Amino acid sequence: MVLIDLHVNGRVFHIDTDPATPLLYVLRNQLALNGPRYGCGLQQCGACMVLIDGRAEPGCMLPVQAVKNKKIVTLEGLANSNNHLHPVQEAFVQEQAAQCGYCLNGMVISAVSLLDQHPNPDDATIRAGLQRCLCRCGTQSRIMKAVKLAAAKMK
Amino acid sequence: MHTSRRDFIRSTGCLTIGFCLGKWSLAESVPFAQELPSGLRMNDRINAWLEVLADGRVRVFTGKLELGQGIRTAIAQVAAEELDLEMQQVEVKLVETGITPNEGYTAGSASIENSAMSVRYAAAAARQKLMEMASQKLGIPPAQLQMMHGVISPLAGGRSVNFAELLNGQQLTDEVRQPVPLKPKDQYRLVGKAIPRDDIGRMVLGEPVYVQDLRFPGMVHARIVHPPNYQAKLLQFDEASIRKRFPGLLKIVVNGSFLGVIAADEYKTMQAQQALQQNARWSAPDKLLSLNGPSLIDHIISLPTKTEQVHKKGTIDGNAGMTLQARYFKPYIMHGSIGPSCAVALYDKDTLHVWSHSQGVYPLRDVLATLVGLPADNVHVTGVPGSGCYGHNGADDVAAEAALLARAYPGKHIRLQWSREDEHCWEPYGSAMIMDTSARLDSNGKITDWKYELWSDTHGTRPGGNVANLLPAHFLEKPFPGKVSGFSGGAYRNAQPYYKIPNQDVQVHFFNGPLRVSSLRGLGAYANIFAIESFMDELAEKAGKDPYQFRIEHLEDERAREVISRLRGMVQELPGTGAGIAFSRYKNAASYCAVAARVRVDMKKRSVQVEKMWAVIDAGETINTDGLKNQTEGGMVQSASWTILEEVKFDQLHITSRNWDSYPIFRFQQVPEVEVTIIDRPKEEALGAGEAAQGPAAAAIANAVYRACGKRIRHLPLVIPIT
Repeated sequence: MVLIDLHVNGRVFHIDTDPATPLLYVLRNQLALNGPRYGCGLQQCGACMVLIDGRAEPGCMLPVQAVKNKKIVTLEGLANSNNHLHPVQEAFVQEQAAQCGYCLNGMVISAVSLLDQHPNPDDATIRAGLQRCLCRCGTQSRIMKAVKLAAAKMK
Repeated sequence: MHTSRRDFIRSTGCLTIGFCLGKWSLAESVPFAQELPSGLRMNDRINAWLEVLADGRVRVFTGKLELGQGIRTAIAQVAAEELDLEMQQVEVKLVETGITPNEGYTAGSASIENSAMSVRYAAAAARQKLMEMASQKLGIPPAQLQMMHGVISPLAGGRSVNFAELLNGQQLTDEVRQPVPLKPKDQYRLVGKAIPRDDIGRMVLGEPVYVQDLRFPGMVHARIVHPPNYQAKLLQFDEASIRKRFPGLLKIVVNGSFLGVIAADEYKTMQAQQALQQNARWSAPDKLLSLNGPSLIDHIISLPTKTEQVHKKGTIDGNAGMTLQARYFKPYIMHGSIGPSCAVALYDKDTLHVWSHSQGVYPLRDVLATLVGLPADNVHVTGVPGSGCYGHNGADDVAAEAALLARAYPGKHIRLQWSREDEHCWEPYGSAMIMDTSARLDSNGKITDWKYELWSDTHGTRPGGNVANLLPAHFLEKPFPGKVSGFSGGAYRNAQPYYKIPNQDVQVHFFNGPLRVSSLRGLGAYANIFAIESFMDELAEKAGKDPYQFRIEHLEDERAREVISRLRGMVQELPGTGAGIAFSRYKNAASYCAVAARVRVDMKKRSVQVEKMWAVIDAGETINTDGLKNQTEGGMVQSASWTILEEVKFDQLHITSRNWDSYPIFRFQQVPEVEVTIIDRPKEEALGAGEAAQGPAAAAIANAVYRACGKRIRHLPLVIPIT
């Protein structure tokens, strides 16, 4: 066990952990965050996405020691301090872009990262940007609409 | 535990509700021959379905679970409608034993037809009773009172009273009796509208929503070391070396071949699970199928079967004189929940508490009691939403395993999370099916004879009533006797064509296949409609008719004809693509759904891109238009993924589809655009709709592929043959 300083959602946490523990379990079990979810543990489904220095990355295999000097943002950290939703979160609610919602974390986090790099994405860019995230309920068409709506909101 | 809520089951004697209708007249609001929903007949008190909270809001009880289908919102809508409340004034308590009515399973697209309709009648009865009570309290006849937002006030103005004041801490224990005056549908403010779900707002903030998010003080984590295949038995493992390597382990639970590990830290349990997987020795299994043996189709045909005549009409003499014959095939398909199954269990003070995303919380309670050897009253199961399950996945099994661990390690909340491989390898799949069809056309292009033979394993091995259906029941040192048993009717769901055909012969041959199977969204309807609607296209071509017209000419039901003719107006064909259509009425009794697909086929790459899908759906009275749209859109996309990509693979030993690489499903670049039109019929009965698109979506794609490239594909997943 080692002490690791972890920058999450604008705060620094001193975490006592096995440094090999994947980031996902530290976020869920030690910081009690719900946004990043376990889906496959193999970086195949995107349920565990977090922003690491602004880029969406799966957290399920990433040892926590590898991100100790990085800025991590989870779903919980997207809304501002007044609990005003991020435009991407707002757009997902407006488009009702979920059924069970289990994949929603990966979709929202990936969309934030995508729109940061491509403020005006076309369909192909959105599909490519979300390609790592699986949705089994079949809400992808709504998610694409939500990303477009978010892009419009962020202009 | 929660005895106060149990009163509704035991309470006897009731006040009969009189007829004081407020501003509605009986003639327009009571259907001619009213039949109460079955759930209401079993739980006939108002307070079984709703109670008034101290702040005047209303809590509605459902025996169903929210699984992403939006049922919580639909149920809140019907209650808010009858009681003239705002949506925010209604909260919905999802299924929990001892608290909510026992409504069996959240399955079969039946939650609107049963639970929501029970709540509608209970809320309407509550309205009537509250008006009566307000009338007495205020000394004003009910006809001169109005109800709005939880307050009852005189139409002429003056002193008003709210629900909580009227009840003064009591609840409405009256029986809901026919006839119940329902709100006239032309006065609806909420039902039939696209009321947004409020849980999506919580989801985007990362608030705890799922069973996976439950956290209790002192909660510990567990993993199960599943056998390497279905039959293997645990021979031995070196506990000392595992304990030495992982000194912090709280418990290793061994019971026959049931092997679990518990630790305070989740990552540690995962490491210990892995180490045990490498360390444990298992007996050699029977072979599932010989790799060098026959194909799965030949294997299934070779198995002993039990045959059932599903439908027979007129006379058919063998296959002589049939115009067309074809064999279709559907492989094993998995539910593939994105969140693997999970449960929390606590054994404390003689009571087992389980938190589960099972579709059947009450049935699960009863089999868990048998499994762990407790009276059913000492088992308390709370339904908590999980990842979408689309049928009977690993939810019940993981709950059973958590229950066994909790009995072995009492006093602590134990959270058991299945791994991706656990879910992929151990969930009960949707059965492989073979469909043989033949038909005769007369000189006018009308079908005169229809013969249909179907081979299928069972489509329902839910645990209710048979503890042997729970996965760990077989692992235990003293396994539960009895074979896995199931509901056979699911195989021939939609096996009988909805078309007018004078001579019909529909048979099913049940086999016991190599893989664990149960209910997957739509049960047999997916494959049956794939076969029937592909075959209808083949017959239409043979008859020289257009596929819309050919179907319409064989339909007598006006609503069926309308979804097809409306679909024609939506479909946009493009050069270089092919468009196909299909129709079904789910269960031949629920929603009408016609689907079209436009595909582009790349013969060189042998790939099919589904570009766009359209659906027209008639679910009778629509409760939530956006919920119905969402279900239909998602149904088409999921079915397209099944149809184009999916097949559970296995070798001689075990499942080889172990993750999303070896069992791929649609990713964004494969997903079609979707468009749904709803035909709302407020005066008709509300019909189950959540599974309506699965079958027609598959056939529409196969028919579109034929139009695009001339290849008729009858074997799923749909692979373009080498030319």
